Amino acid sequence: MAAAAARGCGGVWRRAWQRGAGGPAPRGQRALACNVRAGAVPAGKSGLAPWVPVVGLEIHAQISSNSKLFSGSQVQFAAPPNSLVSFFDASLPGTLPVLNRRCVEAAVMTGLALNCSINKKSLFDRKHYFYADLPAGYQITQQRVPIAVNGSLSYSLCIDNKMSQMVTKTVRIKQIQLEQDSGKSLHDDTRSQTLVDLNRAGVGLMEVVMEPDMCCGEEAAAAVRELQLILQTLGSSQAVMAEGQLRVDANVSVHHPGEPYGVRTEVKNINSIRFLAKAVDYEIQRQIEELESGRTILNETRTFDSKLGCTVPMRDKEEKQDYRFMPEPNLPPLILYDAKSLPANMNHQQVVNIDWIHERLPDLPSVKRAKLVEQYGILPEHSFTLLNEDGLTEFFEDVIKQTQMKPKKVIGWILKDLLSYLKQYSLTVKESPVSSFLLADLLNHLEKKEISSTAAKQVFAELWKGEGKTPLEIIKEKKLQLIQDQKDLEQICQAVIDGQENEVMAIKAGNRKVLNKLIGLVQRETRGRSNPVLVKQLLEKKLSE
Amino acid sequence: MMGNTMSLVSAALKEGRVAPTELCQRCLSLIKSTKFLNAYITVAEETALKQAEESEKRYRRGQPLGVLDGIPIAVKDNFNTAGIETTCASNMLKGYISPYNATVVQKLLDQGAVLLGKTNLDEFAMGSGSTDGVFGPVRNPWSYSRQYKEKSVPKSHSEDKDSNWVITGGSSGGSAAAVSSFTCFAALGSDTGGSTRNPAAHCGVVGLKPTYGLISRHGLIPLVNSMDVPGILTRCVDDAAVVLGSLAGHDPKDSTTIQDNFKLFELPNLTDVSKLSIGIPKEYHAPGLSSEILALWSKAADLFKNAGAKVIEVSLPHTRYSIVCYHVLCTAEVASNMARFDGLEYGHRSDMNKSTESMYAATRREGFNAVVRGRILSGNYFLLKQNYENYFIKAQKVRRLIANDFVKVFGSGVDILLTPTTLSDAVPYTEFIKEDNRTRSAQDDILTQAANMAGLPAINVPTALSERGLPVGLQFIGRSFQEKQLLTVAKWFEKQVKFPTIQLEEVKRHDHGVFQHQKSASFL
Repeated sequence: MAAAAARGCGGVWRRAWQRGAGGPAPRGQRALACNVRAGAVPAGKSGLAPWVPVVGLEIHAQISSNSKLFSGSQVQFAAPPNSLVSFFDASLPGTLPVLNRRCVEAAVMTGLALNCSINKKSLFDRKHYFYADLPAGYQITQQRVPIAVNGSLSYSLCIDNKMSQMVTKTVRIKQIQLEQDSGKSLHDDTRSQTLVDLNRAGVGLMEVVMEPDMCCGEEAAAAVRELQLILQTLGSSQAVMAEGQLRVDANVSVHHPGEPYGVRTEVKNINSIRFLAKAVDYEIQRQIEELESGRTILNETRTFDSKLGCTVPMRDKEEKQDYRFMPEPNLPPLILYDAKSLPANMNHQQVVNIDWIHERLPDLPSVKRAKLVEQYGILPEHSFTLLNEDGLTEFFEDVIKQTQMKPKKVIGWILKDLLSYLKQYSLTVKESPVSSFLLADLLNHLEKKEISSTAAKQVFAELWKGEGKTPLEIIKEKKLQLIQDQKDLEQICQAVIDGQENEVMAIKAGNRKVLNKLIGLVQRETRGRSNPVLVKQLLEKKLSE
Repeated sequence: MMGNTMSLVSAALKEGRVAPTELCQRCLSLIKSTKFLNAYITVAEETALKQAEESEKRYRRGQPLGVLDGIPIAVKDNFNTAGIETTCASNMLKGYISPYNATVVQKLLDQGAVLLGKTNLDEFAMGSGSTDGVFGPVRNPWSYSRQYKEKSVPKSHSEDKDSNWVITGGSSGGSAAAVSSFTCFAALGSDTGGSTRNPAAHCGVVGLKPTYGLISRHGLIPLVNSMDVPGILTRCVDDAAVVLGSLAGHDPKDSTTIQDNFKLFELPNLTDVSKLSIGIPKEYHAPGLSSEILALWSKAADLFKNAGAKVIEVSLPHTRYSIVCYHVLCTAEVASNMARFDGLEYGHRSDMNKSTESMYAATRREGFNAVVRGRILSGNYFLLKQNYENYFIKAQKVRRLIANDFVKVFGSGVDILLTPTTLSDAVPYTEFIKEDNRTRSAQDDILTQAANMAGLPAINVPTALSERGLPVGLQFIGRSFQEKQLLTVAKWFEKQVKFPTIQLEEVKRHDHGVFQHQKSASFL
């Protein structure tokens, strides 16, 4: 039995490598880049050279657009079957494609955000295959000259799940192409019939092809997560994987350093980022085991079974396909302009002007993170967490606007308290029962030293119940205000001192640590309503008397 | 009345000499009595009469929509017509009723034209005879003309008199026959390799193939998207110009139509051709060109020369590769375009239900004739990864060379090219079917096809009757989007040659007025 289930990038390949030839790992290999901490790799049993996994991704992102790529039909998730189908979508004879400008702009935005060069002239092609949910018998795509090429995507990931150890990597983007989505086939095996829903047929897709620059599931997952954030920031795709707006196919192979790439498999049907990491790691491990057992890897399509946590070969109905690509004769070349080539009498509404779009790109996640770090003095890893949760950055910034508390302190409340409650109850930021206003209100009470932070946590827990009470009401109801009357507090302190002779002796003998116990006792006596700093001062004063 | 040009009938409608409903009824009864021609697949009697009534109301109010209002027209059965069957003469689409009108159909209806019905063709417009559709061959009206009957002597007594009928050419043979037999005043065809001009020549009518991109293809069931153009069949050049004016211009539903606005034009009466330069491409002296047509061609060239035009021989060296190049490009697009006919969304579906794949296969085998299946097979072969470079890419390059030949010739100062439209006059059906569709198409498209490769406008002008009493036409090819110049020259030529009117017994019974305008002098 080979290495156990994959846990993180470092984990898997170290295990895999452990069975390798040993000695220092070869420098400059991809695996090294991945296995950041893998310096020297211990010798393995099999005596084989180490394995270098290679992972490339093909990502289909559904363009967020009111209408389809080549027809006026509406785009909407979960509409009644076949309710969003134009004559063209159903491939009625004689209908012709008319390119949707919004889809072109979305692809240009995405291309620019991924540092691609945008082709001023791109072409459309037909890709032929017979399938029930492909009414025309071909898909219109961009095989020869896609709209954007040669880009890159930087993404960060943490080592061994430690937020404090983040590394940034880059994957090259080969191209982005515009193409049509297919419909959906629903196979009813018991009645041996297939039902076809064409609502999705013809919806605009951007296919983002990532070069095989990754080497483990976690890298693939981090790259896709960053892409997802970018798409969502741009608004070019809603990129919700669960709704099929972002579909990821992974190409996986393994080889020995210095040797050509191995035979690759394609893993499909990965419907969450978590499963992507699992699927890729499983597939790498499977290939290594196959090869080490003397078997070969087939160039095949596999599907990820999320329940079993493994990849299985897809029943390949259609062997090797020849797609018989052909230029789409009904669409002239797609011509884009920039400020230089823009004809004098045209404006950005008549043609697509790349520069015009470039100037209006929103801040990308990487820029947003840098700004958060700089503006609020928070840690870089905190900025990642803020952006990773939809709406959390806005929540954080809203709280900051409404409170005098320093952002560095606010971030703790956001990440430790709010976020863990959200996770615990599986809620999104939007669904949080504690609004940014309430949290800010609570933090203001804390900041004004009206309550202790222990009490603040209690108030937060009460607020979470969503009973419509304000923090002040809860504070009053639960009598959580700090004891403002110093005489009262002095009396309590005196009572504690009087009751703890041994401890007092110890302190007086020089054991200052014991003082904390007394502070704790005072806190208990006041049920958290005393200011620990003040209590400490009072106790020290009384003990030195 | 029935044999008149559209322009004359339009004037008669305007002046109230004839009512749209009366005109429509006359056409409908003529369609019935010429049913043996098999020109129509569907006659839309009811809707036609309704449209005629609407038109009549407009005329009564004094608000006709224009020259086309009340004019009975016919449309080739590969244009979508809402509510009227669109079959492409194929089992695949038998009974198929489209939910929308082709842009050209809509434009004609919007201008008040009365749609009589859908005309016959070769299945999916693949052919040059109008003999290969599921509804049977179209018969050339001239087979029944006095002119033909007088000149063609039955070879033997045993031969049935009826077996001498000649083909219309194709694939828009139904439309050509409809215009030629006076059952309508104008008809739409489609032209991919000559499918409008070829039957126009054989049926003695004007057949215009406009510049690619000038008229919308939306709703035309495609043969070769990069070459298809809706064609116009009329009785005279002026009528073709009128119909062209009503159809031309950008269509947001067809991204390959030109963006510029089309400027309507009226054809001037050319009196002086001395500034014209007429090119005679030597390559059109093709093998198989009948001596009769060759003589006619040079006579036409002399006509221009004698009228003062400059007539020069020019060369289009790559034209000889046109047919083989067309074969690759056409079949490749056919293979692609026909992929949608899988029996799922519309059209014929086989009862075979073992699996989706077997249902596809059976549907397509039952739905398409051998010609269509053959083209699908070759097209898919040319598009295979291993063949793509050697066939498709090469054919595209050759296509560019063919187009460049025209650019060079027009760049050298030639205004219009004059060529034959067909190699010979129409052959009898029995003769025609001795060769298979592929051989026939390759032979017959040879003179018309290069214009489609280059996207150029071209027109057949009926020129004379052959020794057998059948029509022969000549073709003019013009510069891209220079339809006005092309038609002006064609009109001048038309006026010189005085092509005779068909003398049909059938028509005579229906309309005595026809022969009043009979022309006595003819070109030959």
